Amino acid sequence: MVLSIRSLSKHFPGVKALDDVDFDLAAGEIHGLLGENGAGKSTLIKCLTGAYRRDSGEMILDGEPISPSSTAEAQELGIGTVYQEVNLLPNLTVAQNLLFGREPRRLGFIDGKAMRREAERMLKGYGVAIDVARDLGSYSVAIQQLVAIARAVDLSGKVLILDEPTASLDANEVRLLFNVVRGLKERGLGIIFVSHFLDQVFDLTDRVTVLRNGKKITTETTASLDRMELIANMLGHELERVERKQRTAAGDQAPPRETIIRFTRMGRKNVVEPFDLTVHKGEVIGLAGLLGSGRTESAEMLFGIRSAPEGRVHDGETVVNLASPRDAIAAGLGFAPEDRKTDGIIASLSVRENIILALQAQRGWLRKMPRNEQKRLTDRYIDALDIRTPDGEKAVGDLSGGNQQKVVLARWLAMNPRFLILDEPTRGIDVGAHAEILRLIERLTDDGMAILIISSELDELIAVSDRVIVVRDRQHVSELVGDEIQRDRIIENIAAPDNRETVA
Amino acid sequence: MIGRSLLRLLPQIVSLLALIGLVSVFFPTFLQIDFSDGRLVGPMIDIVKRGAPVALLAVGMTLVIATRGIDLSVGTVMAICGAAAAWAVSSGYGTVPSLILALLVGLAAGLWNGILVSVIGIQPIVATLILMTAGRGIAQLITEGRILTFSDPDFATIGSGTLFGVPFPVVLWLLTGIGFALMMRWTALGLLIESVGINRRASALIGINARVLLIAVYMASGLCAAIAGLVVTADIRGADANNAGLWLELDAILAVVIGGNSLLGGRFSITASILGAMIIQTIDTGILLAGFPSEYNLVIKAVLVLTILVVQSPNLSAQWLWARQALARRRALRDEAAPQSGPRMTERPVPESEVSR
Repeated sequence: MVLSIRSLSKHFPGVKALDDVDFDLAAGEIHGLLGENGAGKSTLIKCLTGAYRRDSGEMILDGEPISPSSTAEAQELGIGTVYQEVNLLPNLTVAQNLLFGREPRRLGFIDGKAMRREAERMLKGYGVAIDVARDLGSYSVAIQQLVAIARAVDLSGKVLILDEPTASLDANEVRLLFNVVRGLKERGLGIIFVSHFLDQVFDLTDRVTVLRNGKKITTETTASLDRMELIANMLGHELERVERKQRTAAGDQAPPRETIIRFTRMGRKNVVEPFDLTVHKGEVIGLAGLLGSGRTESAEMLFGIRSAPEGRVHDGETVVNLASPRDAIAAGLGFAPEDRKTDGIIASLSVRENIILALQAQRGWLRKMPRNEQKRLTDRYIDALDIRTPDGEKAVGDLSGGNQQKVVLARWLAMNPRFLILDEPTRGIDVGAHAEILRLIERLTDDGMAILIISSELDELIAVSDRVIVVRDRQHVSELVGDEIQRDRIIENIAAPDNRETVA
Repeated sequence: MIGRSLLRLLPQIVSLLALIGLVSVFFPTFLQIDFSDGRLVGPMIDIVKRGAPVALLAVGMTLVIATRGIDLSVGTVMAICGAAAAWAVSSGYGTVPSLILALLVGLAAGLWNGILVSVIGIQPIVATLILMTAGRGIAQLITEGRILTFSDPDFATIGSGTLFGVPFPVVLWLLTGIGFALMMRWTALGLLIESVGINRRASALIGINARVLLIAVYMASGLCAAIAGLVVTADIRGADANNAGLWLELDAILAVVIGGNSLLGGRFSITASILGAMIIQTIDTGILLAGFPSEYNLVIKAVLVLTILVVQSPNLSAQWLWARQALARRRALRDEAAPQSGPRMTERPVPESEVSR
């Protein structure tokens, strides 16, 4: 075992974040670490990397007990970490990033040539042919991720922790990353892989450890793992399957539904080709496509964040101008953005303030919402969405990702919009919250709200959508309805340019 | 609610009381207040009166800083507004129109800053630096390069008059501070400003009109600067384009910081900033009264300000809390270990309060 953890415990005020956890990592092993939000994965990793001091227990690396007190110390001991958000400097070159803080020197000056050579040597074996003299920021997130891994492996070289490395990668990039990780496994590194994507865990790992509420539930070899059992272990109860929507065949005439709002020629050069969209009462529109295909940009146009020069928005008989989010909100739209940390939550305001903020902005600054109404609303949504927080006065930034997402949802539900756009509403949140949010979508549409959902997870789209629009290369290429909404059909449309079906 | 806001103000109140105590040691009659000639007099009254300009500036500066901005131009705006009022009153436009003119000039200056920051998107420190440096020139143009004096007794009242014995500048900053503080909390303005300060993009996506809000905040700062400018101009019965409000923007920023408001925007307290302004003035006046040679003033001020900021720092208070908890834990352990018995109680030293009873 390259790394052994014995009865590790860590307390925070009011919470046992880790409770007597054992964990073993062999050299040449990829070990999946699974659990819901708040299960203790991050705490375990932070104890390993020196960000937290443990309360008790021991960590043994290569037979030596260790207790790193900083990330730098952990790196020196041999434990490197790569996070979802790449912790590098995009404005420096690849080589500078790789060798940051230990640049080769000659006569006291940085030796550019040696640096290049060294950087190229470090990247060898990663299967990426990139110019190390270019700025890191000019490469895709996947390449940046690989550079981060190369740096971590070179610095540390015993244990590599990958914390949600694939969250912002598309399928090809994930494959590239996995090849690299498998190569590192061959070189004898112990690799801890944290991910919410179960497919990837099954694909990549040798063993899996499940944490729940700070306790270790089980460690099993991946080959002998049953999917349902795994999810049951993570949740502590059987996952209630989200029922696939009842659908009529594509040809059958669905009962005509009331049109809420109609968009025509929404588009802008180099962003998205102009598209039309008619939104009906109570329907769920799925938007499928790879990252960067133009799906988020499409949503941003609908919500008035990006301008569409030729776009027209018809609200019944009248044409409305949605030049800003304010206009869109006034027209009864809502938008929960993809990146909830930078675009969604107001981190240091409380849960209550975050929930009422959109409503308050609509009421105007003069008509402050009465305190007891704020409280009533907050309590209602904390209850309805099962937001895990001690009370409404806790800062949203202190909540876990899934709960932050629920707060953003609560904010829009409080507005009761006619048409709600959800961009990756379930990204980075645990299985339980995931299912809850999908059930919530069903409930809302039953009440007549129309929802547009953007997601990388096809199963999710298939489960909830009445129709699925496929976006590829900045173009809305096809629309699938009824029993056409199948995994294979969607993938076909995303992937194959020659199989093009045009929008009806 | 009241308990929480009091807790928020505790560091500032404690700092102020400690300073007053410190000065009293050197200058025993520091707290003495007399009533003569229909007005209150005494060192403390002097402090609240002389602290008026910075207190007024701090009100507006708090709002600007809450939006993650900064307004370096307030000192200059004071000079411009003072010059405008002095020019108007000495040209015979009457007291009230002159005062209104000055306030309008302050609002216009704020509008300029606000547009630069929120519409054109210049960083606040750069945007307001423009008016800070160029504005002195505008003030000089108004006064034509001289100290523009006037002899309007009504105007002078703003600087040296009293209301029920209280110096008029004090009444002004009290009213301005209370007015803005109530407006922030009785309406949703406070919350919206904090939201924009913490995350402007997310706020705009929620439908908050961040652009207008930012302009309004800089205009509020301009208005406060105009009132402060009127106070100093009325006080000396003349507009000094070169020296009115000179460097006061820095004192105002310092007051906001001593008030525990983050320069990164977000949560703010106007009351705390005003307390910060009073702390600064207590230091200034206190050093003079304590009789130190004047060349020591700035050094002593620096040391005191540093001490206050270090004591208030959240890092330190977290460690302080940690130390207290550790102590409590150890005490609890010891108490558990020691047998509970009667005699032990009598060994405990009797507190003084019980002795005096």
